[in-house]
Amino acid sequence: MNAKAAIRAEGERLLAGFLQAGAVLVDADVLQPAETLLDLYGEDIRARAYVTQDPVRGEMMLRPDFTVPVVQAHMAHGADPARYAYLGEVFRKQARGSGRASEYLQVGYEVFDRAAPDAADAEVFALFRDLLAGLNLRPVIGDIGILMAAVRGLETSERRKAALLRHVWRPKRFRALLDRFAGRAPAHAGRVALLDRLKAGSPAQLIEQAGTFVGLRSADEIVARAQTLVADAEMPPIKATEAALLYDLLGLEAPAGHALRHLRGITAMLPAIGPAVDRFAARLEALASRGVDVETLAFEASHGRTALEYYDGFVFSFLADGMPPVASGGRYDALTAVLGSGAFIPAVGGVIRPGLVAGLKGATA
Amino acid sequence: MIRLGVPSKGRLMQDCLDWFGARGVVMRRTGSDREYSVAVEGIGGVVPVLLSAGEIPRDLATGRIHLGVTGSDLVREQLVEDEVAEIARLGFGQADLVLAVPNVWIDVETVDDLDAAAAAFRKAHGHRLRIATKYHRLVRNFLQAQGVADYQLVDSQGATEGTVKNGTAEAIADITSSGETLRANHLRILSDGLIHSSEAVLWASTAAEWTAEGREAMGRLAGMLKVRLPI
Repeated sequence: MNAKAAIRAEGERLLAGFLQAGAVLVDADVLQPAETLLDLYGEDIRARAYVTQDPVRGEMMLRPDFTVPVVQAHMAHGADPARYAYLGEVFRKQARGSGRASEYLQVGYEVFDRAAPDAADAEVFALFRDLLAGLNLRPVIGDIGILMAAVRGLETSERRKAALLRHVWRPKRFRALLDRFAGRAPAHAGRVALLDRLKAGSPAQLIEQAGTFVGLRSADEIVARAQTLVADAEMPPIKATEAALLYDLLGLEAPAGHALRHLRGITAMLPAIGPAVDRFAARLEALASRGVDVETLAFEASHGRTALEYYDGFVFSFLADGMPPVASGGRYDALTAVLGSGAFIPAVGGVIRPGLVAGLKGATA
Repeated sequence: MIRLGVPSKGRLMQDCLDWFGARGVVMRRTGSDREYSVAVEGIGGVVPVLLSAGEIPRDLATGRIHLGVTGSDLVREQLVEDEVAEIARLGFGQADLVLAVPNVWIDVETVDDLDAAAAAFRKAHGHRLRIATKYHRLVRNFLQAQGVADYQLVDSQGATEGTVKNGTAEAIADITSSGETLRANHLRILSDGLIHSSEAVLWASTAAEWTAEGREAMGRLAGMLKVRLPI
């Protein structure tokens, strides 16, 4: 059997496992409308996905993942609850010399279920663990929901919280914002000059002095943001104790059981994370009931923040040294609302790369 | 024999011919001034070819030419690092790729402001803030590195400074040397909006076939130009 056939066979085996777990087989077009994906992920995705031009349909993308089309199909005409499985190629541009495949099979499992999110999280994780047993992979879990709850609970303006939440998936930007809001980083010289000007005159006057008005962004929008900037400059920084808790949380890496005890400890000082920590505790219980040893399972609070997905709760990966994650997934409740035009259903799922699984089996055989 | 790509038009061509001429590598247009043909004196084994500055990066990448002179903006936009080797910066053709917004955006001074304005703009208008450019890769890499979101790049192959007034973009990223055209179109450069400082560069192709004879010619040329050997 050649390598490609072996990978396909591995994919079929994993798919059979998902179907046996109760999933319905779904398919998705290879050509996806670029607009939806661009609106969701932003221009950054152009660096990772293949874009092609169709004179009639406009810009199209070679499917960079299944999550979006599967969610769309479900939101349009899915049963409730529903479990789906799929197997097919995805396409990603890779850096020259990275040695990584730009076209590879993904096999995935997605659960849309309102009943018990913690149980669904554990179901997906345990299913992946069972199907990947014997490969000696290192599982890691995280929870973006705790980070988001911590931001929402900060004693600061809604505007600052919204700015931080918007950049949860861009760790560098998030950090820069947090440093600035916490008064740890000096303001950019350009920003200082701007504030001086804004304080010297009324925004409307400054716009008037700036000359010919061009562009779609209206004077009202400009004035509103100028006022926000001035108000924000007068607002005290996020309290050092609160900021310290958030920095601590961002860097938290520990076995899950220990992480839970640590989180319980800081909940007294950051009560807003209480409900998210309770959910984390319930998930660990659900995992334990499926035979996962949560005292050794690795937890990283920032895990999954650089993924392409819109994960906003539980996240997990199964890792092996020297290769991309063999499997990864998580909860993406917000995505269903975005793609469901108002409708919403909690969802969790993940993908496995049969090519990496076959490679590991070949190496160990 | 090594092929040397020379920009085929305008100021860039003339500056290029002057630069080589000042170092004893004299190139002259042959035939009528409309004919794209040039001859070299003072060195053997080097054949100049007149090419569009925008196509020189591609010809270097495929190895169709061994050497080429073109702007670093064009090379960085079209190629990845290891496809060409930089031999010398030539000190002309300077221009900056910058990010500019309407001057009336008195609330936007830095990239950080642009990011925040983009978020509010998208909420108000239902689409991402449009930035017109022809330097898609350079601009996207710059904005991605800074974690800017809620923008979209719209293609503009010319008269980019006019796109804001014409309502096809909210901001632009374009090449400027003096900033005149930007100001004339009521735009202002962000204080940290310098994406790339471009100038004319002599590049060597890593994909071209370098024969013993070619290397020898390159050695003589490098001696005359007083530049280091690329390969």
